[in-house]
Amino acid sequence: MNSVNDRSRDIGPFVPGPDDDMLICRCEEITKGEIRKAVHEGMWTLTEIRRYLRTGMGLCQGQTCAKLVKGIVARELGVSPAELEPATSRVPMRPIEMRIFANEAKEGENHE
Amino acid sequence: MAERIAEHPILGVQEKGTPVTFTFDGKEVQGYEGEPIAVALKAAGLMVHRYTKKEHKPRGIFCAIGRCTDCVMVVDGVPNVRTCITPLKAGMKVQTQYGVGAEPFDKQ
Amino acid sequence: MKRYDLIIVGAGPSGLSAAIEAAKRGLNVVVFDENEKPGGQLFKQIHKFFGSKEHRAKVRGFVIGQQLLAEADEAGVQVVLNATVIGLYQDKEIVVRIGEEIHHYKGDAIIIATGAAENMVTFPGWTLPGVIGAGAAQTMMNLHGILPGKKVLMLGSGNVGLVVSFQLMQCGCEVVALVDAAPRVGGYGVHAAKVARTGVPFYLSHTIVEAEGDECVTGVTIAEADSSFKFIPGTEKHFDVDTICLAVGLSPMSQLLKMAGCEMEDNPKRGGQVPICDTYGRTSLPGVFVAGDVSGIEEASSAMIEGRMAGIAAAEYLGYIEKEELDTELSALDKALDGLRQGMFAPKNRGKAIEKTEEGIDISTSLLKYGYVADDEIERFPGVTHKVGIHPVMECTQNIPCNPCQDACPKGCISIGANITSLPIVVEGSECINCGMCVASCSGQAIFLVDEDCGDGTATVTIPYEFLPLPEAGTKGAALGRNGKKVCDAEVVSVKSIKAYDKTNLLTMRVPKEFAMKARFFKAE
Repeated sequence: MNSVNDRSRDIGPFVPGPDDDMLICRCEEITKGEIRKAVHEGMWTLTEIRRYLRTGMGLCQGQTCAKLVKGIVARELGVSPAELEPATSRVPMRPIEMRIFANEAKEGENHE
Repeated sequence: MAERIAEHPILGVQEKGTPVTFTFDGKEVQGYEGEPIAVALKAAGLMVHRYTKKEHKPRGIFCAIGRCTDCVMVVDGVPNVRTCITPLKAGMKVQTQYGVGAEPFDKQ
Repeated sequence: MKRYDLIIVGAGPSGLSAAIEAAKRGLNVVVFDENEKPGGQLFKQIHKFFGSKEHRAKVRGFVIGQQLLAEADEAGVQVVLNATVIGLYQDKEIVVRIGEEIHHYKGDAIIIATGAAENMVTFPGWTLPGVIGAGAAQTMMNLHGILPGKKVLMLGSGNVGLVVSFQLMQCGCEVVALVDAAPRVGGYGVHAAKVARTGVPFYLSHTIVEAEGDECVTGVTIAEADSSFKFIPGTEKHFDVDTICLAVGLSPMSQLLKMAGCEMEDNPKRGGQVPICDTYGRTSLPGVFVAGDVSGIEEASSAMIEGRMAGIAAAEYLGYIEKEELDTELSALDKALDGLRQGMFAPKNRGKAIEKTEEGIDISTSLLKYGYVADDEIERFPGVTHKVGIHPVMECTQNIPCNPCQDACPKGCISIGANITSLPIVVEGSECINCGMCVASCSGQAIFLVDEDCGDGTATVTIPYEFLPLPEAGTKGAALGRNGKKVCDAEVVSVKSIKAYDKTNLLTMRVPKEFAMKARFFKAE
C-alpha cells in the first residue's frame, strides 16, 4: 500500500498557517485553511475533498482550482502531487443547464 | 471608446460588427454586435461583473474564454451567463449578478 | 446515432493538422470545437514562429491558422463550431452540446486534441477584477481589439509571459515590470531581449505580495523571494497598475480521456495529467488517439506535427492506408519532431540550468537574470562580428531550433549549418547588400544591420520595429541600449516597410559611432 492510501499514517495535527484565508476555489469560495483542515479531518483524496467542501464543484467545475487544491492536499499529506489520484472526470465536462442536458436531439437530426 | 485598439501594428484595423446599444444596470452602453458582452463592457471601462455569493467580493474577466465562469452576469433575466463568450445583441439587458441573482444583497 | 470514420475534438493546430491528414487519405472526418472560431490559440499568436521552413518558421501564428483552415476546407474536413464535447465513452461515443440540444456521435476512431488550460497562482487580491490570465490578455487584444489594461504587470517569464508582454506593448499598453519567482528567465532569451530593450524591468526571484484595490486592481506589491519562495522583508516594490497578467504555465486538458478510461499518468515533465501514449498518439484504448498539448505541453509547431502523426495513425488503424505507408510517413514526421525537440529548451532539458552553448560559449548570466545580454558579454557570440561597411549583427545567444536567417540572406552572409540549433555565424568574405531580409526574418528580432563608422563620426543601426506610431525619417529621439536605458541621442534615417518584411518595419537610426554596438532600440522624444 502506498503512503497516500495508508490511513493509519500519522500526518500530525492541523497547524494554522498565515495564509489560511487565501481563497483557492473561486467559484465556491473555499479557502486554503478549509482545505488543509479537511485533510486532517480525514479527507485524503481529492474526491473526498470535493464532496466535503465542494471545491471544484461550482460553475467552472474545477477548471481553475483543481491543480491548486491538489498541491495543497499533497503538501498536507507529505506526498508529491503526482501521487494523488485526480478527482473523477464525468459528464458533463462543461457547465450546462439541465433543460439543455435533458434535451436530446431527435434521432436522424444533426447539426447540418 | 479609448480602450479599443484603433490600429494594430500587425493586425491592422480590426473589423467590427454594427454598433449597438445595450443596457448595463439600466444605463445605456455602446458596443458592437456579435462581440462578447464582456468585451463591450471592458471597452466602456466597466470592470465588475458580479459580487460573489458568500463573501460579496467583486469579480470580472479572468480567463476570457468561457472556462473560469468568473465573468457571469444576469443577461435578459437569465443568471450565470458567461459574458466573455456570449455575443452582444442590440437591446440586451445586462445586469450585475449578486450571488445568483440581479437583486443587490441588501434587497435579497 | 450518426457515425463518422474519425471524430476529432478540438480545432486547434493539432486537431486541424490531424483532420487534414486523415481526410486526405479518404476518411470521413468531423472536428468539434467549443469555441466560436476555429484555430485554437493560433489566432492569438501574432509573432513569427521559430523553426525551419518545414515547420512554417517566420510565418506569424494567425497566418498559419488561416493556412490550416484553408487546407482543412480543401481536404473536405467538416468543422463544427460552438460544439462543446461534454462526454467521451469507452466505446468511442461522444456527447456534444450544439446550441440547445445534446447530440450523440460514434467515431470509429477518435482524436482528442483539446489542448491545455492555464495554471494559476494565488496571492491576496488574486480574485480582483483586473487580475487576468495571459491567455485572456491575448484574447482581448488580438481577437477582440480591446486593451486588456493600460498599465500591466506580467507574472511569468516563460515564452507566454514574454510574448504576451511584447504583444501588450504592441497594442499600446505599458508593461511596468516582468516578474518571476524563478531565479532565471524561463523563455527564449531573444523573446526576453526584445522586451527588455524597450525598457521593461525584469524582476527574477520576485513574486507578488498583494494585488491592491477594492473594486478592481489599482496597484501591486512585489518582493524578492528566497529559495523557498518566502518574501525577504524590506525588498517590497510597489507599482500603480490596473492589470496583473498571470503566465505561470499550462496544464493538459485531459479530462475527456480520463472519463473514457484511458490509462493516465501524472507527469510533471509533460505538464500534469496526461494519457499514456506512444509517439504517434496511440492511447491505451484502441482507436483513441491524442495530439498536441493534451498529451504534454509544447509549442504549436510540435502540436501540428503530432496532429499529422495522429491523423495518419488513425487512417492506418481504420485500414485506409497500409502499414508501409504509415511507417514511411511517420518516420519523416518523427525526424521533423525530433528537430524541434533539440536545443536548450528541448523537453529533455526542462528545468536544467544550461551554462554553456553547444559551441562551448558561456551563456549570458545577465540575459537569464535581467532579460538582456550585457554589453561586455555580447562580443563572445559568433553572430557578433565587426567589419567595414554595413553588416549583420546577430545577437542570437542560445541554441534553439530555428534557421530562417540563413535562407533569408540572398548573398549567403549567414550560416547556421546542418545543425539547426547552432548559433548563426557571419560567413567570411560575404558581402552584405543592406536588403534587410535577415532582420525581418528573425523571429526573435535579434538581428541588426550596423554600419559602425559612416566616416563622419556617426554610425547607423537598423532595428526591427513592430510598434505604432511608426516614426518618420528625421524624427529625433533616444537610442536605448539592450537594457532599455538611454545610451545616446539618435535620429531616424529611414523606415522601410516592404511586403517581404511581413509587417516587421526596419528602422534605421543614426548614432555617434561609439554607440554602434550599444544602441538597440529607438524611442521618439
